[in-house]
Amino acid sequence: MNPAYTQLLQQDVPLAWYLVLSAALFSLGVVGFLIKRNLITVFMSIELMLNAVNLSFVTFAHQWHAVKGQIFVFFVMMVAAAEAAVGLAIIIAVFRARATLAVDRIDLMKL
Amino acid sequence: MNAILYLWLIPLLPFAGFLLNGILGRRLPKWLVATVALLAPLAAFCMILQISIGLYASPVAFSHLPFIQTCPLGWINVGTFHADFSFVLDQLSLTMLLVITGVGFLIHIYSVGYMSHEEGYARYFSYLNLFLFFMTVLVLAGNALLMFVGWEGVGLASYLLIGFYFQKKSAADAGKKAFIVNRIGDFGFLIGMFLLVANFGTLTFTEIATKLGQDPGWQGGVVTVIALCLLLGATGKSAQLPLYIWLPDAMEGPTPVSALIHAATMVTAGVYMIARNHVLFDHSPFALSVIAIIGAATALFAATIALVQNDIKRVLAYSTISQLGYMFLGCGVAAYSAAIFHLMTHAFFKALLFLAAGSVIHGLGGEQDLRKMGGLWKKLPVTFWTMTVAVFAIAGFPPLAAYFSKDAILYAAFTQGTNGKILWTVGLITALLTSFYMFRLWYMAFMGTSRNPETHPHESPFTMLGPLTILALLSICGGLIGIERFGNFLAPSVGARLIDLTDPRVEPVLGIVAVAIAVLGWFVAFSLYSEHPKQPARLVAALPRGYKLLVHKYYVDEIYGYVVVKPLLGISKFVLEYVVDVAILGGLAWLLGGIATFAGAILQRWQSGNIRSYAAWVAAGAAALLLFVLVPWGTVWPESLAFVWKVAGH
Amino acid sequence: MHLILFILFAGFCLAGAINLLLQSHPISSALSLIVVMTSLAVLYLLLGAEFLAAAQVIVYAGAIMVLFTFVVMLLNAGREDRTLGSKASRLIGFPAVVVILSLIATIILHAQELGAARLSEGITTTEELSAVLFTKLLLPFEATSVLVLIAILGAVVLASRGNGENNAKSKEAK
Repeated sequence: MNPAYTQLLQQDVPLAWYLVLSAALFSLGVVGFLIKRNLITVFMSIELMLNAVNLSFVTFAHQWHAVKGQIFVFFVMMVAAAEAAVGLAIIIAVFRARATLAVDRIDLMKL
Repeated sequence: MNAILYLWLIPLLPFAGFLLNGILGRRLPKWLVATVALLAPLAAFCMILQISIGLYASPVAFSHLPFIQTCPLGWINVGTFHADFSFVLDQLSLTMLLVITGVGFLIHIYSVGYMSHEEGYARYFSYLNLFLFFMTVLVLAGNALLMFVGWEGVGLASYLLIGFYFQKKSAADAGKKAFIVNRIGDFGFLIGMFLLVANFGTLTFTEIATKLGQDPGWQGGVVTVIALCLLLGATGKSAQLPLYIWLPDAMEGPTPVSALIHAATMVTAGVYMIARNHVLFDHSPFALSVIAIIGAATALFAATIALVQNDIKRVLAYSTISQLGYMFLGCGVAAYSAAIFHLMTHAFFKALLFLAAGSVIHGLGGEQDLRKMGGLWKKLPVTFWTMTVAVFAIAGFPPLAAYFSKDAILYAAFTQGTNGKILWTVGLITALLTSFYMFRLWYMAFMGTSRNPETHPHESPFTMLGPLTILALLSICGGLIGIERFGNFLAPSVGARLIDLTDPRVEPVLGIVAVAIAVLGWFVAFSLYSEHPKQPARLVAALPRGYKLLVHKYYVDEIYGYVVVKPLLGISKFVLEYVVDVAILGGLAWLLGGIATFAGAILQRWQSGNIRSYAAWVAAGAAALLLFVLVPWGTVWPESLAFVWKVAGH
Repeated sequence: MHLILFILFAGFCLAGAINLLLQSHPISSALSLIVVMTSLAVLYLLLGAEFLAAAQVIVYAGAIMVLFTFVVMLLNAGREDRTLGSKASRLIGFPAVVVILSLIATIILHAQELGAARLSEGITTTEELSAVLFTKLLLPFEATSVLVLIAILGAVVLASRGNGENNAKSKEAK
């Protein structure tokens, strides 16, 4: 086999790349929150942001070999699940009240 | 028991009376109120009598005067300036106190009778006691600051008492006028005090006198300015030109108030102050001549106005102004003891005149117009006889009191030099006018037949007649002490010119001239008001404009109104109402409200209800926070600036 | 191996995320998100978190995303319609995102302390995880279960009330 190829296979991934990926996913989540017009899609962007943070936690847990990082991810998943359930229920309730899922039309909280 | 050690009680007893009557008076029965109110002047008078008798009995005690009693608690102690609550008893203050407490006590008794049917009985007596407190403080004060406390205080008491019938607009206005005009004078007093502190570093009279005596350089200049400022204060308080306008209006107050405050005591505070500061005035001949000229001019001016007044109290008010002019004339020729002598005799007969007038008014049920009186000599005998004594006294008939005092002043003026002779002439003419208008009053009020047949005048109660009698006796004998003995008595405290009546040629001649003038005045009044009662009307018809000028008091009030009051009101209305209130404050309020509304209108658009915009702002906030925290601004700024510089350089 | 796997699955993550943004139908976005979740599970495996990888697939991709799909189909959400829009979100939001991303990326790439990940190194077994979870962190664990219970209750109430009202109204209308 090509030695360069073997070297490539044995290379390590710097943890920084994981973190940059996490940051990128997070930013994409924020962008999604900003530009999406469907309420459910906006909610999905939130889940994307949560996942990006999870990745970052796992990365650091790997670096210092701390179990606590992964436990934190566990809890984040729990809370995200609960939040998803309640959030979607709210979306259903809102849909029942306003008959629309367009984010811009649900503006009852304006002055 | 040596009463002099309890000097501080003399002011404090009236003050206690004021507090008691002021706070509890309304709930107390009238006799108790009167007793409380009378106790203070009686106690003070007894104390002063005891002190005087003690001093008289042992002449060596006189050398211990001035007796200074200082409150152990300090008052003002700032840097090099030092002022204490100190009371000074010397011959001058002793004389003043005798007059104040003695005549004051008599007037208190009179008031019990006069005010017995009036509302606000307790209030009246508490104010009277308050006045007594301040007046004694003024007279006993050892430094100008404490004197100023008394000075202002008597002005306050005067305001309260003039406006006693406060529901009457004219009375309230008169009170205000008195206080405001007094304030103008007080401004002069204050400036004088400031200059005293600036130049002498002290306000204590003895220290100022010492400093003036030590350095002969104090002649004219600053001393004149100080003297003139103090003079302004004196003209305000003693109703001289140009600040006399409040005294005639002050007749709105009850008659005993007019007697006490505007005849016997408060208006003499100016004269007292000048006498107290005589060392200062002696060092400024210019100020002295100003005082003399003001005194003489006021005396003549007021006497001319009194000629045509028809209200009995107005006549007496202008008479007071005129006699105060005499006292100022006396001070102006450095004959301070003569001025104080006249002050004393004037207190007797002027208080008597006012109280008798009050008795007349009381007897007629409130009538004050001379044209509606007449024939009262039968109906009010005691009042008539006491008033007669007073009229003869003020006209200057010997051996009644005013003859000696007026004579002393006129003699001092005459012997001053050529200017003195002019002043003497003015004084003489004023004496003629005084005699004339007083006898005019006497004839119109008492003699002849009643011009108002419906009234049933009744004689006053004993509480009113008693003081009248005592004052009449004092008017008769008060002057007999003679100016020489009086002058010698006062000399340690007022020094200056001792009246030298040893010149046998001049003095008797002047005396005879004065008596002749008094008789002439009587004769003219007799012929105009008793013999030929139609004559005054014909005289008025002959000189209509002159008469109008006098009746309207030379239009001085109107002139002041146009020159001073109206512009002041206009300016304050403009500045305070338009500039400050409307423009500045209103503008400020409008501005603040406008800012709030404007900001609110802008910020309101932020709360759009749009989730996406909220999210955008949250993201922006997070970005800002991260920027603020993560970027090492300490190094980034200089580095980025250097980078930009490099780029721009190339 | 590690590098190739990382690049591959990181690419899947990014592709899925970008697809989520680009799609107009919510169901497509949901499916893209599922792709992201599973790729992330693989990345967790690469980092030695076995349990979390499994949990990610079971809970996230398998339950939450399914829930999302159910709701999309329940509400019959169609393609996104052009709505009023928000200028603020574009004017202020995008620069903010750019700032956040660039800041974090700069700091991470300049950091010295980060090491490298090796395959089959630093693997955390489930045993280790549960040892800490059920002993030291038992209270938060139990609290979380209560939280989930509350969430279930809340969701049931929120989603059912409308149903009851609708039924009542329709009954009255009839």
